[in-house]
Amino acid sequence: MHADEKFTYETWPAAPEKSTLESKNKFLGFWFFLGGETVLFASLFATYLALKDKVPSTTHHLAKDLFELPLTFVATMLLLTSSLTSVYAMYHMKNFAFKKMMVWLGLTALLGAGFLGLEVYEFTLYVHEGHTFTSSAFGSAFYTLVGFHGGHVAFGLLWCLTLMIRNSKRGLDLYNAPKFYVFSLYWHFIDVVWVFIFTVVYLMGMVG
Amino acid sequence: MSTYAQKKGFGATLWDFLTTVDHKKIAILYLIAGGFFFLVGGLEAVFIRIQLAVPNNDFVSAGLFNEIITMHGTTMIFLAAMPLVFAFMNAVMPLQIGARDVAFPFVNALGFWLFFFGGIFLNLSWFLGGAPDAGWTSYASLALHSKGHGVDFYILGLQISGIGTLIGGINFLVTIINMRAPGMTYMRMPLFTWTTFVTSALILFAFPPLTVGLVLMMFDRLFGANFFDPTLGGNTVIWEHLFWIFGHPEVYILILPAFGIFSEIFPIFSRKRLFGYSSMVFATVLIGFLGFMVWAHHMFTTGLGPVANAIFAVATMAIGVPTGIKIFNWLLTMWGGSVKFTTPMHWAMAFIPSFLAGGVTGVMLASAAADYQYHDTYFVVAHFHYVIVGGVVFAVFAGTHLYWPKMFGTMLNEVLGKITFWLFFIGFHLTFFIQHFLGLWGMPRRVFTYLPGQGFDAANMVSSIGAAFMGLGVIVMLYNIIITSVKNVKVGNDPWGDGRTLEWAIPSPPPFYNFKQLPLVRGLDAYWLEKMDGKKGMTPAEPLGDIHMPNSSFLPFMMAMGLFIAAFGAMYHVNDKAWALPVMIIGLLVTFGSMFLRSVKDDHGFHIHKEDLMDEEDKGVKA
Amino acid sequence: MANQQLNSGNPRVDIEYRRKKNAEEMRYQLVSFALMIFLTLIAFSAVYIKGFTAWFTVPFIILLAVVQVIFQLYYFMHMSHKGHEAPSLFLYSGVLVGAVTILAFTTIIWW
Repeated sequence: MHADEKFTYETWPAAPEKSTLESKNKFLGFWFFLGGETVLFASLFATYLALKDKVPSTTHHLAKDLFELPLTFVATMLLLTSSLTSVYAMYHMKNFAFKKMMVWLGLTALLGAGFLGLEVYEFTLYVHEGHTFTSSAFGSAFYTLVGFHGGHVAFGLLWCLTLMIRNSKRGLDLYNAPKFYVFSLYWHFIDVVWVFIFTVVYLMGMVG
Repeated sequence: MSTYAQKKGFGATLWDFLTTVDHKKIAILYLIAGGFFFLVGGLEAVFIRIQLAVPNNDFVSAGLFNEIITMHGTTMIFLAAMPLVFAFMNAVMPLQIGARDVAFPFVNALGFWLFFFGGIFLNLSWFLGGAPDAGWTSYASLALHSKGHGVDFYILGLQISGIGTLIGGINFLVTIINMRAPGMTYMRMPLFTWTTFVTSALILFAFPPLTVGLVLMMFDRLFGANFFDPTLGGNTVIWEHLFWIFGHPEVYILILPAFGIFSEIFPIFSRKRLFGYSSMVFATVLIGFLGFMVWAHHMFTTGLGPVANAIFAVATMAIGVPTGIKIFNWLLTMWGGSVKFTTPMHWAMAFIPSFLAGGVTGVMLASAAADYQYHDTYFVVAHFHYVIVGGVVFAVFAGTHLYWPKMFGTMLNEVLGKITFWLFFIGFHLTFFIQHFLGLWGMPRRVFTYLPGQGFDAANMVSSIGAAFMGLGVIVMLYNIIITSVKNVKVGNDPWGDGRTLEWAIPSPPPFYNFKQLPLVRGLDAYWLEKMDGKKGMTPAEPLGDIHMPNSSFLPFMMAMGLFIAAFGAMYHVNDKAWALPVMIIGLLVTFGSMFLRSVKDDHGFHIHKEDLMDEEDKGVKA
Repeated sequence: MANQQLNSGNPRVDIEYRRKKNAEEMRYQLVSFALMIFLTLIAFSAVYIKGFTAWFTVPFIILLAVVQVIFQLYYFMHMSHKGHEAPSLFLYSGVLVGAVTILAFTTIIWW
């Protein structure tokens, strides 16, 4: 099977994300990368847990003074939903429904952008309350962990848009199907990390 | 083969190497760059030994001495040992599994260029205001107070080269899982391939903590964060943990491929299959696993408490068991074999007692209570040089002699090879054996001088004389490489005559597509099996057909260079230089722009047509 | 790759079958999404209702997070499908190394 071969609905393979050697390699390599990312985020979580509420004086805000449920809840819903929309996109990819896939990918990007906007809003809120990157070890650890995740979301957005624009005219083939699939894996992984962030940073922060 | 026969101009050759995605050429790049940094690190070692040869010496100042020891350690581990090991992995592993290239040739080139630019960046510190001086471990309490930009060079340089290593590791993992030739099951893979596999897995999990540690240090030093500053709630021990969670697996990342190279040499030159193959595989995996559970033995004296110290002490000692299995297997491979004393075999046989000595002192250091005595003395210096020089450097020398014909098509001179060996071997033990005693007598490590009359004088002189021997050994080898390249006497497929694995079944150096037809593997030591059946080469597993190959690309070089440029901007940003921020942005634009180009520009590679392959066969017969 | 070997000889039947299979899988995805939202709601309410002690809430919400992540991995990221042996091995190795790191950082950083 050549990568740039044209397909129809009938000839489209059942597992287009790994039907050439290149795409099998890409699939496996990306999963291994996610294994490494797991350790990367675990190290950041570990650092955050070690430095949580470590501030130089009592005038500094602690986790329980800062975080608020509604904002975190909305952000969580946005990102969780974007995970579902990217699942829909992959569903249509497997059915060779290019247009539908693009619509769902667009929705995913929109939700991701909404999440990112909320995060920026949240950070400016904290900065105005005096909780900054340089104010305490707690501040440094908080912005690094959550910011690393936010950076991953931003990169994912750029990636998604690049893929959509680049392939808008040519439809699905075995060269770009694995690219879409790998992007969706990345997007789910970002969601996995967020599940732990809202639990460990926000919810546990509010519990005290 | 026509590509190799053609005489190319210098410019064309240079462009070829700047854009290559061929694993064999990338291996040569790793060998040259790693060899260069090995010489730089070796020169630094010589300066250290000159300074310490006599008491109260003033060959270098105290501050410069700190820079030299920091750069010696950092250079040797990250810029010499790692890339040299990567050179052999790249050169040999794809051939051993019967693959035409690695899984991601583009990423392979990117990995090299990231390492290269990271290493150059780090070493530019010598010319731009001073090298890092906080030790190769760069403990935060020292590093945060280091003046100038030395430590910043360390942080950013290692960050760039570390990314290169990480993607290299992922590449090897996927290659070994997906690209083995027909019949090459996991339990038929040569041991060097197995150790490459386990090493790559260790890289995958060990480098992210280093990345995080370096990011935190960068934030602290350059962007005003407070991770390691106790006055603002930070904790300097966090760096130590992150560094050693990476640092301990790192020593296994170095030693496992060394074990792999020796596991190839013993069977070849004993002309007998490796004793206990499956137990070797098991021991390799077990060492890899245990390597992650022992990092805190570097931190016994920080005050982790008796429970943590006891757990890490026991886990550390446990590593002696799989390592012991390996030592016995190598000995039993030689037992009853018809041993040929070639240069690689000299290194392999010298490795066993040398490495064993380092292992024994390792178990001594693992006893947490006793470690309070050894800690920060020359005993520790002697220990880790015994394992790293006696293990890794010996393997690099052995591998250079063993695989030189496969990489370059010429054979290094055996007499000069043995002279190199004896000079280096004697020099090594002269230098480091006495350092055990210096440590036990109370000489602390990392001191730039000592007073006369403390009983350290004679021993330090002996140690420095040994270093001179090692230096001579390296010079002899360089001479050997030069005369071999000048004479340029080409050799055949299997120049040692006793090759057992697939790489010896194809020409030296192999054609750029490696295998015209993928070979059928019928068991362990696939090529040896065919030879024993009286066949000349491997049985092909497929009919002659078109071969798909990747295109060369200049983008890996661009991506790495972008980060190199951005690093300067990030570093001088703290000095309020007006140009710093634009430089950083330009650098990042170069990197991300190249990534974007790579993403939008389709790269389907090209095909070598069946007819061309057959043409070449005809030419080969005529020649 | 197992779902590629579903050749019945009749391409029309194959496509019908695959289509149905994909649709069925999509239903599972929807169910797991509903469950994930549900688990998230429970976690947020456990914190919102201030009646519980931290000794209950913290382990409880971490457990909910772990369950939710398993849904993500096995349904959204298809780890339940065949051909995911190597990804699972390496992901769980990463989890192990990460867990040891977190354990160390919560026990032997401050004393």
